[in-house]
Amino acid sequence: MKTTVAPPQTEQPPAPAPAQGLSVGSFFRQDLGQIPVAAALIVMALYFNATTDNLFLSSRNLNFLTIQSCVVATVGLGAIMVLLLGEIDLSLAVVANLCGAVMCLLSVNAHFPWWLAILSGLFAGLVVGVINGIVVALLRVPSFIVTLAASLGYQGLLLHILYPNTTLIITDPNLKGIAASYLPDYLGIGLPVLAVAVYAGYIIFTRVQRQRMGLSVPPIWQTALSIGLPVLLVGLVLWQFENYLGVPLMVALVVGLIALFWVILRFTTFGRHIYAIGGNAEASRRAGINVNYLRIVVFGLASMLAAAAGIFQSSRSADADAAVSPTLLLQAIAAAVIGGVSLFGGRGSAWAVVMGTLIIAGLENGLDLKSGGTDTKFMVEGVVLILAVIIDALIRRRSTAAGR
Amino acid sequence: MEPILQLHGINKTFGAVQALRNVDFEVYPHEVVGLVGDNGAGKSTLIKIIAGVYTPDSGDYLVDNKKVSVTRPQDATNLGIETVYQDLALCDNLDVVSNLFLGREETAGRTPFLNSSDMERRTLDVLRQLDVKIRSVHVPVSALSGGQRQSIAVAKTILRNARIVILDEPTAALGVAQTRQVLNLIKRLRDQGLGVVVISHNLADVFEVVDRVIVMRLGRRVASFDIKSTTTEQVVAAITGAEFGETLNGSSGLNAPVGSVPATTTSDQSGNGNNQA
Ligand SMILES: Nc1ncnc2c1ncn2[C@@H]1O[C@H](COP(=O)(O)OP(=O)(O)O)[C@@H](O)[C@H]1O
Ligand SMILES: [Mg+2]
Repeated sequence: MKTTVAPPQTEQPPAPAPAQGLSVGSFFRQDLGQIPVAAALIVMALYFNATTDNLFLSSRNLNFLTIQSCVVATVGLGAIMVLLLGEIDLSLAVVANLCGAVMCLLSVNAHFPWWLAILSGLFAGLVVGVINGIVVALLRVPSFIVTLAASLGYQGLLLHILYPNTTLIITDPNLKGIAASYLPDYLGIGLPVLAVAVYAGYIIFTRVQRQRMGLSVPPIWQTALSIGLPVLLVGLVLWQFENYLGVPLMVALVVGLIALFWVILRFTTFGRHIYAIGGNAEASRRAGINVNYLRIVVFGLASMLAAAAGIFQSSRSADADAAVSPTLLLQAIAAAVIGGVSLFGGRGSAWAVVMGTLIIAGLENGLDLKSGGTDTKFMVEGVVLILAVIIDALIRRRSTAAGR
Repeated sequence: MEPILQLHGINKTFGAVQALRNVDFEVYPHEVVGLVGDNGAGKSTLIKIIAGVYTPDSGDYLVDNKKVSVTRPQDATNLGIETVYQDLALCDNLDVVSNLFLGREETAGRTPFLNSSDMERRTLDVLRQLDVKIRSVHVPVSALSGGQRQSIAVAKTILRNARIVILDEPTAALGVAQTRQVLNLIKRLRDQGLGVVVISHNLADVFEVVDRVIVMRLGRRVASFDIKSTTTEQVVAAITGAEFGETLNGSSGLNAPVGSVPATTTSDQSGNGNNQA
């Protein structure tokens, strides 16, 4: 408790060092998870590529790999929202299937137009999430047990609405098209270029504004790097996609969702309060933040993201299925934690899910290419998850040992 | 000079326990008041009444000589009375700027977007005003030393335009150098014209920084000393009740012997132990 960072013999703390706004360091730390994760991803990719005759990093396989990642990434994004609060939601995978089934039923049996079926599925997600949130926030039952019970209940509901069948085939070409279509080039290239331009403009604007206000700015090479690196990454990814069939619509939607939630978490009052609650709920309450309301909203949003994942899933398989994937939930939470989101709350970024999902899906895909069986896949994924959780616990121990 | 805050005849019971009996309290601007007393003397109860956490069973609460009703913590903060509890109420995962503005973030116009540059500028202003030195306002507060964390918690009250800052055991968990930082910070608050109330068990700290010390024992205010003309022994005697030779259960006329203690002691009846007055 009494450990201090600065040796107590010095009377004066060190002189103020330049503050850093959106620096490269903070970008990696807060937005891309830990650099070791990036390194692990690169090593894994190179290893699989070398052992599969360059199959792994082929444009065709990367296209397939990213499409494969969409469902896990979207559920993972929902998991991140809840984890940031210091809570957990174990019902997300079941909610995904349930809401996918709602969409399919409304489309097939009630002949809803495709867009209304999608909106209804998302709305169903919002409703079940808000119910979870209310029980957690107002009745103060641990989210672990609430969402575990909820997942059982929602599984029952799922079986009930599909009864007497266990699957339901969809025919609407628009619904099937979500997972199967590609953006035309003017959008597939135009949108990312626009997004990167807005991001670069924001970075430059902030720098100029800070200079005008007499605030410290990072060295110019850091600013250049924090623009150059995303430009390079986006360029590389676009090049790979364009080498094959273009940017898959579903991948664009998922990246759009991640970017949207990143902006919400990082740049709005609402997002700031989510981190605050995850760091110290009591202090947040005393600061006048409506903690319970925020918990309910976040559980609602998380389930809505799970619903979106369910819609992607149904679109890919062209059906609704009463059998929930046994690995989806764990993989989604693993993706978040591997990407650097803390299980203890208050730490991590929306972009974490990209790194985490690519590692998880990369392992699956790579081991598939090497014709490794499910036995190997599960064991490898288990080990990777345990490693990520150990690192999370170590980081937390280090940061709580500091100060005080 | 008029006191900013005055309490008159405060009583508070918890079931069978009378935590406060007819307690008076006052804080002047430009003044640091020490609040001392043994465990269970009623110090925490008293500051919680000032902070609006508890409502007294009877007694008056005056700010600028006007009676006010303080029944919620918000009432106290609206009057410029801010309390820093021992847990500091900081979010360890957030940086200094985010902590200072927690719950009152500045946004760009009417959008939901944070105005980070503006908040950072104001943070630097407040830290400079209080002479708090921190490596970077972008580090999570978990990386700061105990003294710095205490300073951040105090700076938060200044941002909210506090007139009176109440500190509960601000140096209890700190080493020598850290304690010095916090004591300097308290002096700076006084120099800015604020009234400061410090609860402390450490009489060395009390003697170093306060202008006046109020002693509580068994729910009563038993003495108020002008620190310049007081010795540690006198304060200790008042805390333990030893000098008055009364039993711990003695409940009548506790205020009376205080006035009869040597000239350095100002009794409650005269109530103007403040050397600034
Ligand atoms: N919430 C409470 N409920 C019941 N008794 C309390 C409560 N708060 C304080 N007391 C009692 O009031 C008396 C004064 O306590 P307190 O104000 O905490 O003293 P101090 O802070 O000086 O140690 C003690 O006898 C304590 O047990
Ligand atoms: Mg106490």
